[in-house]
Amino acid sequence: MSADTLVSRKPAGRGARLRWLDGWSVFTIGVAALVSVPVLVVLSHFFIPAGDVWRHLAETVLTRYIVNSLWLMIGVGTGTLVIGVATAWLVTMCRFRGRPTFEWALLLPMAVPAYVIAYTYTGLFEFAGPVQGYLRDSFALAKGDYWFPEIRSIGGAIAMMTLVLYPYVYLLSRIAFLEQSVSVLEVSRTLGCNPWRSFFSVALPLARPGIAAGVALALMETLNDFGTVQYFAVDNFTTGIFRTWFGMGEPEAATQLAATLMIFIFALVLIERLSRGRGRVRHTTSRYRALPSYQLTGAKSAAATTACFLPIFLGFLLPGAVLLDWTVETADRMIDARFFTYAANSFSLAAIASLLAVAIALAMVYGLRLSQQNKVMVFAARVASMGYAVPGAVIAVGVLLPFAWFDTVLNDWLQAVFDVSPGLVFSGTIFAVIFAYLVRFLAISLNTVEASLDKVTTSMDDASRTLGRKPGNTLLSVHLPMIYGSLLTAGILVFVDVMKELPATLFLRPFNFDTLAVRTYQLASDERLADASSAALAIVLVGVVPVVVLSIAIARSRPGHGKG
Amino acid sequence: MQKYAKPATVRARTPSALFALVAVMTGAGGAFTPSAGAAEVNIYSSRHYDADRQLYALFTAETGIKINLLQGKSNALVERLKREGKYSPADLLITVDAGNLGRAQAAGLFQAVRSKVLEAAIPARFRESGGHWFGLTMRARVIMYHKDRVKPSELSTYEALADTKWKGRILVRSSNNIYNQSLVASLIAANGFDKTEAWARRLVANMARRPRGGDRDQIRAVGAGEGDIAIANTYYLGRLLASHSAKDRELTAKIGVFFPNQKGRGTHVNVSGAGVTKYARNKAGAIKLLEFLVGPQAQKVFAEANFEYPVNPKAGRSAIVGSWGPFKADSLNVAVLSKHNAEAVRLMDRAGWR
Repeated sequence: MSADTLVSRKPAGRGARLRWLDGWSVFTIGVAALVSVPVLVVLSHFFIPAGDVWRHLAETVLTRYIVNSLWLMIGVGTGTLVIGVATAWLVTMCRFRGRPTFEWALLLPMAVPAYVIAYTYTGLFEFAGPVQGYLRDSFALAKGDYWFPEIRSIGGAIAMMTLVLYPYVYLLSRIAFLEQSVSVLEVSRTLGCNPWRSFFSVALPLARPGIAAGVALALMETLNDFGTVQYFAVDNFTTGIFRTWFGMGEPEAATQLAATLMIFIFALVLIERLSRGRGRVRHTTSRYRALPSYQLTGAKSAAATTACFLPIFLGFLLPGAVLLDWTVETADRMIDARFFTYAANSFSLAAIASLLAVAIALAMVYGLRLSQQNKVMVFAARVASMGYAVPGAVIAVGVLLPFAWFDTVLNDWLQAVFDVSPGLVFSGTIFAVIFAYLVRFLAISLNTVEASLDKVTTSMDDASRTLGRKPGNTLLSVHLPMIYGSLLTAGILVFVDVMKELPATLFLRPFNFDTLAVRTYQLASDERLADASSAALAIVLVGVVPVVVLSIAIARSRPGHGKG
Repeated sequence: MQKYAKPATVRARTPSALFALVAVMTGAGGAFTPSAGAAEVNIYSSRHYDADRQLYALFTAETGIKINLLQGKSNALVERLKREGKYSPADLLITVDAGNLGRAQAAGLFQAVRSKVLEAAIPARFRESGGHWFGLTMRARVIMYHKDRVKPSELSTYEALADTKWKGRILVRSSNNIYNQSLVASLIAANGFDKTEAWARRLVANMARRPRGGDRDQIRAVGAGEGDIAIANTYYLGRLLASHSAKDRELTAKIGVFFPNQKGRGTHVNVSGAGVTKYARNKAGAIKLLEFLVGPQAQKVFAEANFEYPVNPKAGRSAIVGSWGPFKADSLNVAVLSKHNAEAVRLMDRAGWR
């Protein structure tokens, strides 16, 4: 009923077709257009013939890229799905030892960048590392006498990424489980389902959109990862794009690889959306009360505790301990004035980018709402989310090309008219870096803010507007306080992602400007893992703070929470 | 129904959070200003060694010219320079390996420079004949062996590594790496394409493991017993021997250095080097820095702090480097390496050298 109330106020007829075209919608479409420029620049290479390099790729390495990328997706997809959903369900629906701690601690691995966990596990478990060394010394073994899983392999890459990416699935499925109405679950139990059956046939389908969104995020991060696969020598699409572009000097073929990857990801997202199709599940009741819980005892409780503890131990405590150990060992050399400059740089970039990402997302989503999900606007919002599916390195090039072009034109013009040339105004500055972050991460804030604003009934808008408030005023005084928690969540997600971001920062940053991630990567690629630890640990620690805030916000987010 | 939690307290918190963020933003404002003063030289460098920063500080102290540094992967820097075009702020591109220098030159990123100081300090085969780029340090890509398991008499040439007696014993990094690309390019220059491809196939069959990690990683793996010989650049061993980590020193204590092809063309050597960019705004400053870097004082730092071979024959070597003894270097002009680079990459792809 609410959607119609706003429409009825508007005049009918020809003008009605464009009546959504106001400041809000112009902003939404403008941002979408701007943010899509880098992606389109990359896609435009698709039509430039790349010559015989494709034949060479197809004959030699392409199969390996495809097979490895698929295995990574299957492995990480399955791994994050199982760990994420299982722990979310346990923590939300069961009572067992340590549950209140697990509730937030399960998010901790999110603060560890995949490349950092890869460095620490390699340091521990490689052939020359302490664990295998200890085994060889204790049992007088040599190479070939024993079997030990090779950490730098595709299996290792899957394990590393699963360990740090499952929190995405955990986070979103937990929110979904928290939002479910108890009535539905109770009905299923009344109809004779046991707890397992009611989980699989009622709770899981209801939570599916959330779970799917979580897995999709994890998979996109997987395909985007460069640091881990590079370090583990797993050749996939991402490393292939790099090698073709920079190693072979074939930008056309490389961007065509990138475009192929993008189309593949879009297809994936589309399939998921289509498969939901008409069978869309909606919560049909808004009756909420505190979720019931299954009290686990004895072996079951111990099993649940172990199931929740293991991912935290492997994904956070163990790598954290290794980093701490290395940091203590190297602190006197590595933690100096420069270190704090890196930290300040990282922090300011992340703060600026997350603030902008949330503000822009809020304005866009609100514009979308005012337009009543006008098709053009919805399309614009989707376009603005595209960047998340594109590897950061590709975005970096996509950002540099138009900015450098614009700078050249600007300089040419200024030189002709005023005889001055200010140099690179956009492409060589932080501006480009922040813009690349927005292209890459706007999707995160958009989705989070959209999901939250959608839950606010439009009758609120109607009431506020009837009482004489303008749209902007309504947003500030009615919506903002309601969705404040989600805005915080969105900001934190972007903040942590920017702290970890590597390829775009590496490629676009200005002179004398290094971040913690850049420093970690430089030292690690120079094979100074221990020296890299202090910067890596700082990234992890900065990431932990928002993770804790986030989990508190989520625990409070359950409708009806705090009602008493 | 009261679905949403206490907006009043939330609203009270908002302004202070916003204020904090704005404060952070203004704090970062300093990074927005690109610098292009006459008393500054802007460098894009793929050399990521602490010794370099030390040298830039020395140069600034000596001349008053400030150095602005952007470090990155060579290919990415070249790509950026290319895309930035004529308004690029970079005055100097410093990178490792003649293959990379040649690529940058082929992309038209350098300008020709004439300097008596540079030409006197650097032997002709370590600089581009037109003055587009100059070698700053020399590095040798050698065979390193475990003294307990390999006798130096078993070693002779790069070519002989194809022998089946090395099956499962050789450690070398990925073909993505420019050092390997240039080594293979030097073999193509010496033996031709087909012979080199056959060699590469047999070398791949002899590898102790799928290539991964960098040069240090191969050396450590020899030390730990994962293989018996490694192909690596000498300065990596130097840095491991002088490492802060006791474990690294222990792993590398039994590693010997063998200079291959001493009876023939000599050991494959390469340079790290630099060229003045085509659109440099401070060309004079850039040349001054180059001249400083090949001078005796700077060359000594390269040798002592980073265990590279000085490119200036007048400069001495570090004690560790000296302990490996003198050797005969391949006299091939290093500029040739980049000419065979694309061939080398494809050859290694076909040979299955990942």
